[in-house]
Amino acid sequence: MRSFLTMLGIIIGVASVIILVSLVNGQMSYMTESFTSMGTNQITVNVTNLSSRSVSVDQMYEFYEDHRDLFIQMTPNVSVSTTVKNGNESMTSTRISGVSEEYLDLKDQTLESGRFIQYSDIVSRQKVCVIGYYVAWELYGGVDKAIDETIKIGGNTYRIIGVAAREDEEELESGGSDDFVYLPYSCAVKLTRNANISSYTFATADLSKTSEAKDAIDGFLMEVFKDDDLYTITAMSELLDSLNSMIAMMSMLLGGIAGISLLVAGVGVMNIMLVSVTERTREIGIRKALGAKKSNIMQQFVIEAAVTSSIGGVIGIVVGCVATTVIGSAMGLNASPTPTAVLVSFSVSVGIGLLFGYMPASRAAKLNPIDALRSE
Amino acid sequence: MEMTEPLIELKDIYKIYEMGNEEVRASDGITLTICRGEFVAIVGKSGSGKSTLMNIIGALDVPTSGEYLLGGEEVGSMSDNQLAHIRNKMIGFIFQQYNLLPKLNLLENVELPLLYAGAGSSERKEKAMESLERVGLADKWRNLPNQLSGGQQQRVSIARALAGGPSLILADEPTGALDSRTSRDVLDFLNQLNEEGNTIIIITHDSSIAQEANRVVRVTDGKINFDGDVNEYSAIL
Repeated sequence: MRSFLTMLGIIIGVASVIILVSLVNGQMSYMTESFTSMGTNQITVNVTNLSSRSVSVDQMYEFYEDHRDLFIQMTPNVSVSTTVKNGNESMTSTRISGVSEEYLDLKDQTLESGRFIQYSDIVSRQKVCVIGYYVAWELYGGVDKAIDETIKIGGNTYRIIGVAAREDEEELESGGSDDFVYLPYSCAVKLTRNANISSYTFATADLSKTSEAKDAIDGFLMEVFKDDDLYTITAMSELLDSLNSMIAMMSMLLGGIAGISLLVAGVGVMNIMLVSVTERTREIGIRKALGAKKSNIMQQFVIEAAVTSSIGGVIGIVVGCVATTVIGSAMGLNASPTPTAVLVSFSVSVGIGLLFGYMPASRAAKLNPIDALRSE
Repeated sequence: MEMTEPLIELKDIYKIYEMGNEEVRASDGITLTICRGEFVAIVGKSGSGKSTLMNIIGALDVPTSGEYLLGGEEVGSMSDNQLAHIRNKMIGFIFQQYNLLPKLNLLENVELPLLYAGAGSSERKEKAMESLERVGLADKWRNLPNQLSGGQQQRVSIARALAGGPSLILADEPTGALDSRTSRDVLDFLNQLNEEGNTIIIITHDSSIAQEANRVVRVTDGKINFDGDVNEYSAIL
């Protein structure tokens, strides 16, 4: 019973460490993954165009062409808020973006069918568009049925030249990642009735050149606007960096919590061992009278502590692994116990068992056999 | 074995405790020689210093001053580990409360001194079993101590004392917890062991038990005030 209570401390300590670390790891890798899939090599530029100071698309392209060593793709972003219609059926949550011919590669998307917007479409302001998988099914009942059909965007009729491949494998829903229409930015600008475009996305050739690329854009825009409040430059990789440092901090925090819980377990082991020594003073006296040396007594108690805490550690690992899997699947996380967490928590629990078992053991070993024999 | 060869030689043994400001002389200049094969009773009232004497003879304690030779070896100035070795090799203890370990079975209890002597597993089992046979409890070797009567438990503790083949059997009030009939059995067994050549010392407060021995040493206030043949002792009672 007593050693079971000791074990319980270790079991809870080890299991909670494994559960905590594994779940948070799962959550973090999920976050990092979804963040990376958004494109870490992208730099988003937003400008506020004034009548006196502004950047035109042509200027932006000129800058882009001058810095092909830094950038591999660039696209203007024109958001249009309007509804799309096929006959009487309309959709209101659909994302409508005016983009360049490089947008598909930049976003790392592929086409299910048809072709993407071409440079000539942009120059000649062809009323063509590429629609998302959800839109194709929702308005036309299939990918092939949508190709070459017409769609009404804000009162203008566009021809569908392509359908993008499905993005979200799990669900298709209104406002989801497959609910969009891409059209040439030159057409989109007309729909918004703005002369200039205020948002651009660049893709850098190399992640290590992110800050260099940012500086280049900054230098260019500063020259035009003379005021850094009029534009913002956001690099995805910098956001990732801050996410990573946040993750590192959380890991440290977790380590602290885990350490405390294992320490508490260790104190429990020591407590029980001290009680055990007191209760077994007579036994120690008998053993000493029969010729046990200090080292024999020491060995006995240290081994006892080590065995108790190792058994507790093993049970803790089993409980922790099972609980991690159960809780992980309940939370919809892909959480599996990390070998590091298992190894560290186990070795720490055994180490603590030994450490905290050592003190009572040395107390037991030092007992005078006469006093020990006399105790009841 | 020569009867006159000294096994225990105590020379001018003092054991002094400090109790606050007071000095308690538990052994106050004891000189005593016990030869191999003797059966000696150390008798004395509670507080007379007989337990202190037993602790020193049993190598459980060391004297404050004086010389103690056990089998020719100076024990009085040994370290804890050396004392443990002496207890293991030379002395078999029999206690009033049997002092068996409750969680170990009889065989494991009897094996203990052999375990600390460093004997191998099969040797331990063999010797422990032999020892249990001598006290007539070999068939119960699997039992736990509390499944036995008091007399049987004391026989197990005798078996344990014998297992390591000690030079001296030191029995502290061996019949103190037993009724008169089982006491008789234990005393007869000790007598038998003595006849087989074992050196035996009984520590007791009971004069009638002391008369079972061949020689009686009476301790009062840390001093020996009688040392002689059992018949002489009976005469002065």
